[in-house]
Amino acid sequence: MLLSGSDILVKTLIEQGCDTVFGYPGGQILNVYDSLYTHQNEINHILTAHEQGAAHAADGYARTTGKVGVVISTSGPGATNLVTGIATAYLDSIPMVAICGNVPTTQIGSDSFQEIDITGVTLPITKHNYFVGNVEDLADTIREAFRLAKSGRPGPVLIDVPKDVQIAKCEYEPQPQVEAEKAFAAKDVRIKEAAEYINKASRPYIYFGGGVITANAQEEMLTLADKIDAPIGCSLMGLSGIPTDHPRFLGMQGMHGHFASSMAMHNADLIISLGVRFNDRVTGNREKFAKGAKIIHIDVDGSELSKTVNAVCGLRGDVKLTLEKLLPLISENKKPKWQEKISALKAEEENYLDNREVLTPRKALLTLNKYLGENNAVATDVGQHQMWSAQNLTFKTPRRFVSSGGLGTMGFGLGAAIGAAFGTKERSVLVTGDGSFGMCLNELATAVSYNIPIVILIMNNGVLGMVRQWQTLFYEKHYSNSILGRKTDFAALSHAFGADGEEVSTPEKLDNALKKAFESKGVYVIDCKIDKDEFVLPMLPPGGSMDDIITQLEVQK
Amino acid sequence: MNRYTVAILVKNQFGVLNRLTSMFRRRQFNINSLTASETESNEYSRITFSFDGEEENKKQLINQLYKLPDVCSIKELSDENSVKCELMMIKMKNSSSTRPDIYAAAEAFSAETIDYSRDSFVLRLIGQGSKLDDFITLMKDFEILEICRTGTASLEKGGSVLRQAINL
Repeated sequence: MLLSGSDILVKTLIEQGCDTVFGYPGGQILNVYDSLYTHQNEINHILTAHEQGAAHAADGYARTTGKVGVVISTSGPGATNLVTGIATAYLDSIPMVAICGNVPTTQIGSDSFQEIDITGVTLPITKHNYFVGNVEDLADTIREAFRLAKSGRPGPVLIDVPKDVQIAKCEYEPQPQVEAEKAFAAKDVRIKEAAEYINKASRPYIYFGGGVITANAQEEMLTLADKIDAPIGCSLMGLSGIPTDHPRFLGMQGMHGHFASSMAMHNADLIISLGVRFNDRVTGNREKFAKGAKIIHIDVDGSELSKTVNAVCGLRGDVKLTLEKLLPLISENKKPKWQEKISALKAEEENYLDNREVLTPRKALLTLNKYLGENNAVATDVGQHQMWSAQNLTFKTPRRFVSSGGLGTMGFGLGAAIGAAFGTKERSVLVTGDGSFGMCLNELATAVSYNIPIVILIMNNGVLGMVRQWQTLFYEKHYSNSILGRKTDFAALSHAFGADGEEVSTPEKLDNALKKAFESKGVYVIDCKIDKDEFVLPMLPPGGSMDDIITQLEVQK
Repeated sequence: MNRYTVAILVKNQFGVLNRLTSMFRRRQFNINSLTASETESNEYSRITFSFDGEEENKKQLINQLYKLPDVCSIKELSDENSVKCELMMIKMKNSSSTRPDIYAAAEAFSAETIDYSRDSFVLRLIGQGSKLDDFITLMKDFEILEICRTGTASLEKGGSVLRQAINL
């Protein structure tokens, strides 16, 4: 059938299984919005307050569903407002398709009103991007974008569609949903090599990241752990990958990781790493990182192998398929001495936990755990509250911890929580700080307009806590520009946006507020007052190794 | 620091050169020379980069280049396994006092004169980069007006072709 480019665009999105898009209209994307109007029974468009919020929402939707998140914006500022959201998705390997309008092809390159070279701008933060110059190429470009976004190591893909291409007509034939490129296992010879190392190891540690969630390889990983009697730790991106209370799970590893998890990794003789990329927040000083351990690294992206740390054995392939082939080669054995050490580390960790009875960050999050349902996604912003969440929240279902790991984007959380609520069709939770929340709180308007049930827990300490922590420890308490001291009344602000909200300053009041929040039908903001000098512990000082770990400070004993 | 030459076969689309050079920039490699042209098929372009760097970083760069959807195949070309060639034009000041010496050198290097005027002449040389470097060194004794070099073109020795290089 003969259709306009904008109709083709919307029909191709529908054909590719996309039923929810996030975005914001504008001059050069008006035709697409007209087509969205025509097709509103088949595809749901969520209007945000700002394009950045739309991009984060598409990201949160993708993280919680595993589907490709789609965001639409106009040209120029609309497109540049997506940039932080696209970069966030890129660094965390989240499948996303971003569609931007642009000025007509006849005006491209003439610095027209709201013209920007967005394919140029997003070149280093997309898996690939396209400028569609002909309407004949539009449908196939969108299909190719979906295929790329979800294949191998997922990531964002941007499509720039000039206005005249949206108007021009051509034949459109619906096609089935594109499949991701066929996944493959690592080479047999590498798998055999890895098996030999694993069978010889006496202190193995399994370390997984977001790649395990993407590959859906949890079951194979747990089988491996049982067979070789290994503890399991993860990166920030791996959280919620396996149930937090799994007996083999020691928690997150790294700069602010769980003590037992980080120490077990430090003491291991073999680190079996699955779908991770050994970021600097994970390794600390690379020279001193896990010196006694050999590293086996399985990842779908070959360029991650030996990128930052040297692996004795690098396996490029799908984690699930590779583990499936590896498992039969692994001999089963118990490692009582190693398990003894792990138990000792866990016991030691207990001593470091912050058990003060006042409203501490940990207390707040343990209270939140009481109300957290199996399917409630928790989004975070970035900073201390993010690390406290990673350390203390409990998860039962994969894809329920939504956090900007790689880029560390303050302002990510609210948009992501909105996207997560659409993705899970359940109440979502945002844990944020007063700094992060201040960056993108305009999306409260979106959450209220669509009446999305979101519990927002603001860890309000009046300072940029993580910056302050560093300034305390490493900058002689020069609190340069990290004291906010704002007069914002977040409860009143919530009311002004049309949401519910209250301020709490004791554990009992927080408990009560959370109870109300989880019964509320809409947005409920809890302004939770905490002390400005709460620290995220343990902490691996920058450039340090596990020998330098800070586990406790006087104030918290 | 080592010098590397890498030949890359890419889909012949606009912006593709930008995608490749952007990767060099992001990894902070300085490109010493670059040639790009269509191939036997107008669907593909062949781009040859030569650059200085460390082995580890080079490996990482090639791994990253492989991930670009427009890249079809990549091959590293060493001095042993490949033939390399570059073209240079060099414009010299023309004066009766220096002309004989310049032309003696030009003859030794098999350079051809492709332009001649009262004030200047242009010599054309073809050969390995090091040969062109040597010629420039000689010419520095006289007055060089300007130089233009094409960058290294390189093909693998023997029957194997870049098109069939296996992607990792």
